[in-house]
Amino acid sequence: MFGRRIGRRLLRPGQALAAIALIGGTIAAGAAVAAEKPGREGLFNAETFTLKNGLRGVVIVNRRAPVALHMLWYRAGAIDEPAGKSGIAHFLEHLLFKGTKTLKSGEFSKIVAANGGQENAFTSWDYTGYYQFVAKDRLPRMMEIEADRMTNLVLSENDVVQERSVILEERRSRIEGRPSSILWEQARRALYLNHGYGRPILGWMHEMERLSRQDALDFYKRYYGPGNAVLVVAGDVDAAEVRRLAEKYYGPVPRMEPPPRRQLAEPPQRAERRVIYRDPRVRRPSFSRMYLAPGYNSDGAEHAYALQVLARLLGASSTSLLYQSLVVRQKLATAAGSDYSATRRGPSSFYLYALPKPGVSMDRLEQAVDAELAKILKNGVPEEDVEAAKQQLRDMAIFARDSVRTGATAIATALMTGRTVADVEAWPARIGAVTVDRVNAAARHVLQRRKSVTALLLPQQPAGANPAGAKKAEVRKQ
Amino acid sequence: MTLLQRIAGPAAAFAVAALALFAASAASAAVEVREVVSRSGVAAWLVEDHSNPVLSVSFGFRAGGSRDPAGKEGLAELTSVLLDEGAGNMTALAFQKKLEKLSIRLEFEVGRDQFRGTLRTLSRNRDTAFETIGLALTEPRFDADAVERMRASLLSSYLRKTRQPRYLARRAFWSSAYPGHPYGRPVSGTEKSLGAIDRADLRRFVADNFTRDNLFIGVVGDVTPAQLAVLLDKAFGSLPAKGKPQPVPASAPKLPGGIVVERFDTPQSVAVFGQPGLPRRHPDYYAAYILNHIMGGGGFTSRLYREIREKRGLAYSVYSYLWPLRRSALMLGAVATQNARVAESVGIVRAEWARMAREGPSAEELAAAKTYLTGSYPLRFSSSSRIADMLVGLQFEGLGRDYFARRNGTIEKVSLADVRRVARSLLKPDQLTFFVVGKPAGL
Repeated sequence: MFGRRIGRRLLRPGQALAAIALIGGTIAAGAAVAAEKPGREGLFNAETFTLKNGLRGVVIVNRRAPVALHMLWYRAGAIDEPAGKSGIAHFLEHLLFKGTKTLKSGEFSKIVAANGGQENAFTSWDYTGYYQFVAKDRLPRMMEIEADRMTNLVLSENDVVQERSVILEERRSRIEGRPSSILWEQARRALYLNHGYGRPILGWMHEMERLSRQDALDFYKRYYGPGNAVLVVAGDVDAAEVRRLAEKYYGPVPRMEPPPRRQLAEPPQRAERRVIYRDPRVRRPSFSRMYLAPGYNSDGAEHAYALQVLARLLGASSTSLLYQSLVVRQKLATAAGSDYSATRRGPSSFYLYALPKPGVSMDRLEQAVDAELAKILKNGVPEEDVEAAKQQLRDMAIFARDSVRTGATAIATALMTGRTVADVEAWPARIGAVTVDRVNAAARHVLQRRKSVTALLLPQQPAGANPAGAKKAEVRKQ
Repeated sequence: MTLLQRIAGPAAAFAVAALALFAASAASAAVEVREVVSRSGVAAWLVEDHSNPVLSVSFGFRAGGSRDPAGKEGLAELTSVLLDEGAGNMTALAFQKKLEKLSIRLEFEVGRDQFRGTLRTLSRNRDTAFETIGLALTEPRFDADAVERMRASLLSSYLRKTRQPRYLARRAFWSSAYPGHPYGRPVSGTEKSLGAIDRADLRRFVADNFTRDNLFIGVVGDVTPAQLAVLLDKAFGSLPAKGKPQPVPASAPKLPGGIVVERFDTPQSVAVFGQPGLPRRHPDYYAAYILNHIMGGGGFTSRLYREIREKRGLAYSVYSYLWPLRRSALMLGAVATQNARVAESVGIVRAEWARMAREGPSAEELAAAKTYLTGSYPLRFSSSSRIADMLVGLQFEGLGRDYFARRNGTIEKVSLADVRRVARSLLKPDQLTFFVVGKPAGL
C-alpha cells in the first residue's frame, strides 16, 4: 500500500540475485511440462532475429492479455565504466529520459503515459535496461521513441546538473541512510580485489559529484548502439510483425561495432578478509559471508549449475540446511540464508547470512555457521536435499510462464551475459543433471576462506548507549 | 487502428490516443468474472484460464492489525507468520516440506483492515493445495518453539525498522493522526507488545476472525466452476459460519497542519505528509483518484515529480496517494531530501497543494491522466495472481463483479468541473501535516 517507488530504478544486489534466481528457476517448469506432454517444444518458444545493423531481437509470445512488454537492453553497466567515473552507467540511464533531437526533455515519459504505458529502467553491473509495458497496439510508438534515444540523445548542462542532484539523493536514500548498504558496499569492494563488480552501481559519492555531461556523452557514444543491444518483446504479439516493426524503427539506426572489452581479471585470492562496520543506527547486528565464485563465463564455470542447487538447499527457504540448523535447532539466529547467481559476464559470489538472536554473540554465530559448512565439506550434502532442491528449481518455471515479464527478463539477462536462448531453454535439463557428487565438488571449490569476505554489521560501541535514539518530537506551526 | 505519427497540439494528441486505446482497454471488460458457491455456502469469484496448468488463489478476512487488542499489537502479524509453521498433525518442517515438494506456495500478509492469503499451485496439486489452506486456517498448531521462533523474527524486523527514517516518519504520522484509535497503533507491533502475546491470544484471533461471514475469495486459472466448488469446501468449508463482530470505530484523522520534526542522525530527511481523504465508495472518489494521479501518483508525469525532482533535483522519490481505510480515509505522500534542503521540498509540496486546491488541474492534465489511467488498465491483467488479488480487493470494497467492465467508463465520465470542485473541497493545505525524520535544516 505505501512505500511506492517511482523514478528510475537501480538493480541492487539483492534484487539482482533474486531476479536471476527466479530467472534460472523459470526454466525448471519446462521439464515438468515436457514430462506431461511428450514432444512439446520449449518453455518460452522464443524466436530470434538479427538486423543488418547488429541489433539482436527476441520475441516471446504470451497471449495472456492484449499487452506487450518492450525491452531494450544495452550490454553496458557498472563494470564498463572508466576508472574514476563510477556511477556513469547509472547516471546515463537517468539522462536517457532527457531530450533528443526531436523530443524535449521529459517528453519521452509524457508520450509513454499518453499511450497508457508503464515504464522504467534499471542499471546493473553487466547491463542497463529500458522497458515500457503497453497495450499491444502501442508497441510501434514505443519502438519509435526507444530507437530515437539510442543515438539521438541531446543533453544540456542544466539537464546534467539537475539529474546529478537526483542521483545523489538516490544514493543518500539507498546507501547513506542504510547501514547495511554501507557495509555491503565496502564488503563487495573487498571481495573483488580487481574486478569491476567491486564498484557500486550508483557510484562512489565523490566520483558521482564530479560526473560531467562529457562523461555521459562519452559513455553513450561508446556503448549505446544496435550492435551492443538486445531488443526483447513479449506479450500478445506476432514474431513476424515484431520483426517488421524492428526493421522499420530500429533498422535505420547506423551500424555500430560493440567496443572491445577489457575487464580486469581477479588475481588469485590468497587472504581471507573481514569487513566490520559499526554504526549508531544499528540495533540489529548481522553476519554475512561472501565467497568468490564462478559464474557461467569464468574459471570454474563447470560448477555453476551445482552451485545453484547448493544455494537452494543451503539457505533458500525455512526448510534449508542453514535455517534448520541455526534458527530451528540451535536457536542461535532469527534468520539465515544463502544466495547465488551464475548469470554474470564475469565471476560471481556465493553469499550466506545469519542474524543473531539477541544475546548471541557474533563469534558464537560465526562458529556455528562455520561448523555447518565444515560438516558439508566433510560429509557432503544429503542426497534427498539435492533432489528436493532440483525439483523446486525446475517447478518454478511453469509459474514463470504466467507472467509476461519473467521469461523476457530471463532471456534478456542471458543474452547480456554471453548466453543464448538455447541455454535458457536447456536450464531445467542441466539442473536436472546435477548430482550430489557435483554439488559436493562445487562446495569444495567455492567454500574456501581465502576467497572470502566476512562482513559484520554491529552497533556503535560501547553497547548500551543509544546515541541515535529519536528525541521527542516537537510541534511547530508554520 | 491507425496511429498518427505527427500530432498537432496536445489536446488532439490525447484525444486520438484516448480513442485508439479504447480497443485495448475493452479487453479488460472481456475478463469474465463468475461467482462460484460451494455446497456449504462458501462463495468465490472465478476467472477461468486454462492456458497454463496453474491456479492462483487470493483470499482475505476482514480482520487486520486494527483488531489487535491494545497492548498486543502485532498479534495479527504474528498469527500470519505462524500459519505455515505447523498445522494438523504436521509440525513446521513437515508442513513446509510437504508444500515445497508439491511446489505449493502459501503466504499470508496483514494490513490494518485485512488479513490476506495467497496460494499458487500447479493444477495437478490443487486438491492438496486447498486442503492445506484448510489445515492452516482451522488447525494451526502454534507450537511453542515455532511461536518463539517467529516472535524472535518479528522482533528482529522491528529492531531494524526503528532505525529507518521512513518507518519512523510513518509511525509518527499514524500515531499522531489516530491517537487512542486502533489505526494509530503499529501493525508490526513493538518490542513490548510482541513480548506480551501468548498462544491463547493467537487461538483467539483465529477463532474470532477466520469465519465465513468475514471472508472474500478470488481464484484465477486452470479450474472449472464445478471443480472449484468442491475445492472451496476443502479449504474453507469447516470455518465457523460467523465470527465475533469487532468493528473498529469510524474516525476522522487528527491532522491539524504544521510540521512535526523528529531528530535522527541520518544524512537525508524523510518527510511523510497527509490530510483527510475520501472513502472508497464516495461519489467523488474517481475524481479524487484522478486528482491524486496528477498531483503525485502519476510517476514521471506528476506535479510533485516535476517540481521537486525534474526541475530542482531535490529528491529521487516523491509521491502521493489516496488511502481509503475501512473506517477512515487519508491522502498521503512522502519525499526524501538531504537535510540541508528538505525544508525546500516541504515548501514546494505545500505550495503545490495550495495551488491545486485553488486552481485545480488544467484540461490537458485531466486529459492526459484519463488517457493514462484508462489506457494502462489492461496492464493489470498480465498475471493470474494480480487478477486474483484484484478480485478480493473488489469484494472488500463492495464494488461488484462487473467492475472490470465499468471502471474505464467511470474514469472517462469525470469532467474538468468535477475535478476542480473536488480539488477545492478535498485539498486542505492548512491541514496538510508533515512528519519529518532526520536533521532538517531550517525546520
